[in-house]
Amino acid sequence: MSTHLHLDPIACEGHGVCADLFPEWIRLDDWGYPIIHPDPIPADRLAEARWAADNCPSLALRLHTRPPDR
Amino acid sequence: MPGAGPARLLAELRAVPAPASSQEAVSFAEHRRRYPAPPGPRRNGDAPQIDLIDLIGRSGLSGRGGAAFPTGRKLDAVVHGRGPAVVIVNGAEGEPASGKDRLLLRRLPHLVIDGALLAAAAVGAERVVICIDRTSTAALASVRRAVAERAAAAAGAEPAVAIDVAATPPRYVAGESSALVQWLNNGPAKPTAAPPAPRQRGVAGRPTLVQNVETLAHLAQIARFGSEWFRQTGTPGEPGTTLLTVSGAVARPAVIETAIGTPIEHILASAGGLLGEPPALLIGGFFGTWVPTAAARHAPFSRAGLAPLGAQPGSGVVIALPEGACGLAETARIMAWFAAESAGQCGPCRYGLADLAAGAASLARPHDGPAAPSGQVARLRRWADQIDGRGACHHPDGAVNLLRSAMRVFADDLAHHEQGWPCRGASAPPALHVPAVHSAWR
Repeated sequence: MSTHLHLDPIACEGHGVCADLFPEWIRLDDWGYPIIHPDPIPADRLAEARWAADNCPSLALRLHTRPPDR
Repeated sequence: MPGAGPARLLAELRAVPAPASSQEAVSFAEHRRRYPAPPGPRRNGDAPQIDLIDLIGRSGLSGRGGAAFPTGRKLDAVVHGRGPAVVIVNGAEGEPASGKDRLLLRRLPHLVIDGALLAAAAVGAERVVICIDRTSTAALASVRRAVAERAAAAAGAEPAVAIDVAATPPRYVAGESSALVQWLNNGPAKPTAAPPAPRQRGVAGRPTLVQNVETLAHLAQIARFGSEWFRQTGTPGEPGTTLLTVSGAVARPAVIETAIGTPIEHILASAGGLLGEPPALLIGGFFGTWVPTAAARHAPFSRAGLAPLGAQPGSGVVIALPEGACGLAETARIMAWFAAESAGQCGPCRYGLADLAAGAASLARPHDGPAAPSGQVARLRRWADQIDGRGACHHPDGAVNLLRSAMRVFADDLAHHEQGWPCRGASAPPALHVPAVHSAWR
């Protein structure tokens, strides 16, 4: 079991809040949309990851405890 | 067809020049003479006559719509879903350079419908929806006639499976499986973010099988002739035949049927051979990859055979770039099409593809255009890296893959163009047909 940040790219509106809150795992592309580091979130960074997900104005960012089904 | 494998799907049609709009569909009566009513996978209360899902799994059939997913596994996933299933026959064929699904729908609609009904019985579906791009009027008319023929032949008996024909919005991504599902559920024909996948919750919340037209035609033949028969041609890893649409600088642009793994030069010969000396082939369609003609010639047309070239069969398209045409300029026009066909839902696709297309256009500029901004090539590479894999569907990935292959294959041209010395092909009239983009999503 590993925890990843999962973005719903349709719901995302590019507010960029997540990249401010968790820059170690989330950066913005040239158009202001988040690029998420593919590695699982280590246990000591889970609080930051959750903080970033909880503060997404579009509810587009979530924590998944396994890779999303797609 | 020199070097081509046995004609199976097209056995009834012989040589098929494209377009073949004047040619009639094979009628239900003619079809039943060649293909007596297919053995049903299950009948009420009876033991299964054949286990179609197992049979298809053993045949090695994979999807012919582009993704090449194993058909047996797809059927298996849907049959294990909750509640009665729905089967969507995907005849959207949004790939602009492909014509093979329309050919089947127009000429052999009953083979496709046989496949759809067999698949429906196998996954426990009570409803089949045949989705066809609404601008494909000949295919729509042919399939509607075919459905009516069957209703007339049933002489009032209640069909076990209802067949609907749906005319879908003429957009490229409308043919993506989740987009078809959302549209059939009265939404826009735009992809949705997974989960849930259509196989879990699709049309009306039911497990939904979305299967390409050609795939279902193969399925119908496998149900009749068996998995061993199917495996007699093609390669052990990728058995069977496949339909290919060959266009561009060839003597006879056509839809041809060939054994998977047939060398590309035999495929080109089946289309009358190359005209002049095309420098490159676009393999897989707009959603495909440029490959130098010399490198592609001997490659087998299969996933395994094309992988060393960085290419994939896609929906079975080969386009020969005419001698003297500019690969960068042609690519730039296709990139503009990709940008215009974006559903505009995901930021990197909506904004990124527009910037990629504008950047590609500035590099491909004709002699009298503005010079490309310096650093444009590096900028395009960075954008391509940023866009890749970041959409809800694979539309942006296709655009990025095409552009990267153009920058690789036409690298010499690229350097000249960037320094402000575009080739003369860049100011020539367009060589490849790029369709107009419609605006409707419903």
